[in-house]
Amino acid sequence: MSQRTIHDIAHARAGDKGNTSNVSVWVYDPKDYPLLKRTLTAERIKLAFPKLLTGSVMRYEMDDLHGLNFVMQDALEGGVNTSLNLDSHGKSFSYLILGMPIEA
Amino acid sequence: MNKPLSTVRLGCGAGFSSDRLGPAVDLAQRGALDYLVFECLGERTMAFGHRDRMLNPTRGFNPQLGARMRGVLAHCHANGTKIITNMGVANPRAAALLVIDIARELGLHGLKVACVEGDDVSHLIGPDTAFMDHPGTVKDVGLRMVGANVYMGVEALLPALRAGADVVVAGRVADPTLFLSPLVHRFGWALDDWAALGQGTLAGHLMECGMQITGGYFADPGYKDVPRLADCGFPIAEVQPDGSFVITKLDDTGGCVTRATVKEQLLYEVHDPAAYLTPDVTANFSRVGITEVGPDRVRVTGGNGSVRPDKLKVTIGFDGGFLGEGGVSYAGPNARARAELAAEVVRERLTRINQLGGDPRIDLIGLNSLHQTAEVPVSDSADIRLHVALRSTEREDVDTMLWEVESLLCCGPAGGGGYRGQVTPCVVTHSALIDRDRVSPTFEVFTA
Repeated sequence: MSQRTIHDIAHARAGDKGNTSNVSVWVYDPKDYPLLKRTLTAERIKLAFPKLLTGSVMRYEMDDLHGLNFVMQDALEGGVNTSLNLDSHGKSFSYLILGMPIEA
Repeated sequence: MNKPLSTVRLGCGAGFSSDRLGPAVDLAQRGALDYLVFECLGERTMAFGHRDRMLNPTRGFNPQLGARMRGVLAHCHANGTKIITNMGVANPRAAALLVIDIARELGLHGLKVACVEGDDVSHLIGPDTAFMDHPGTVKDVGLRMVGANVYMGVEALLPALRAGADVVVAGRVADPTLFLSPLVHRFGWALDDWAALGQGTLAGHLMECGMQITGGYFADPGYKDVPRLADCGFPIAEVQPDGSFVITKLDDTGGCVTRATVKEQLLYEVHDPAAYLTPDVTANFSRVGITEVGPDRVRVTGGNGSVRPDKLKVTIGFDGGFLGEGGVSYAGPNARARAELAAEVVRERLTRINQLGGDPRIDLIGLNSLHQTAEVPVSDSADIRLHVALRSTEREDVDTMLWEVESLLCCGPAGGGGYRGQVTPCVVTHSALIDRDRVSPTFEVFTA
């Protein structure tokens, strides 16, 4: 049986501004929020994708709504201006994070 | 003017330039709306608008403006719904005149259409204008500037609404402002009532991407199922005079409005949830409350705000040359090895033989592409597409790249098929800040 991923407990949406990507991650069940907060840190995300995430990663916490917002600077290979990635907006980055194992 | 304040019903008829038309017609026809807003203007869309206008001074507005107005104008007129849009892009005046022509065609004589201008601040941008979020100035870009537009706030739209315009056509105003302006107009909120402006901006922010709050950009089968996604409806916001609102949609449309759709949209393209900057307010979404109050009815409260920024954001557009993309596919036994060999051949042909400038990107679609730089483990597929992309200011370089990719059909590994190639014009955008007092919005009303 494969390892459980963030995708099993949370949903997410990606947005972009220039060369900055943000991904908000929301647990389905509020009971999983402490787990998400403990396991999905900004440092862990930055270390997971070192070639992609060349800038800082900030985490904002939405405790009332049980979600985390990650803001990743210099994460879009130049952004829509210069990126040659088919997904130059990083729309698929939500699933990059959701694909991470729950436990580091 | 003395009639008691009541609910204002806002609809979103487009959340991006190529959004669907049918669901907007549904809202115009059956939404019982006070205002129907079309948000159709990304940063790059504006730069393309400037390019269109340079080629033809009567163009430069949203290419679907005519189709959209032919679809909704008569319904809106019959139902007392006013229209607000940024479909004027780089030429709001020409766009307004087109709306006038269509109104006359439809026999809607007397319809008042306002164009809002003042966002074009090209004259305030020079070679030494510094960028907002990274080092460098305009002259460092080394590309031809095509235009510069400032994000205007509610002051730009209010005069046109007060003048009784039925349709307000603007270029660059902040997206949430398109929705906030009619609320300020109808509820008489003061322009320094930061709490009200923050809550109204929250409504605008949630509405501005259309279906992204009614089930679009959301479905994940088995995890987040969306009913009848193909028939998804555009959203409606029912806003109370205190700014609290319910997000909903027409009952018979597909899609869904739930706490989850609202939460995802709440932070879409938001960085610090406590400081979302617009020309109107520094909005605070950090303590927002989201409650399901009925089927596809979600009540949103708790948006707040503080004093608006002194400086306004300007998007500067440049001609970015060309993007070429071409590909060939490999399937069946050993597809991966054949595709990888094709990638090697292309790279060698482009760099060693053709000595092409620039840095082409090569993806193997099916193996890894979108997440190639993220270095996620590759998937195992026997159906792989070689995809090559190159940007250049020289059209010839891009054409050479495509020729090399197409030549793989006879000159590359076994069994390669399905060549397609295309060249698209590119724009480059950068942001700068200017003082608010250097911006002077104007408007003019035309009558059909």
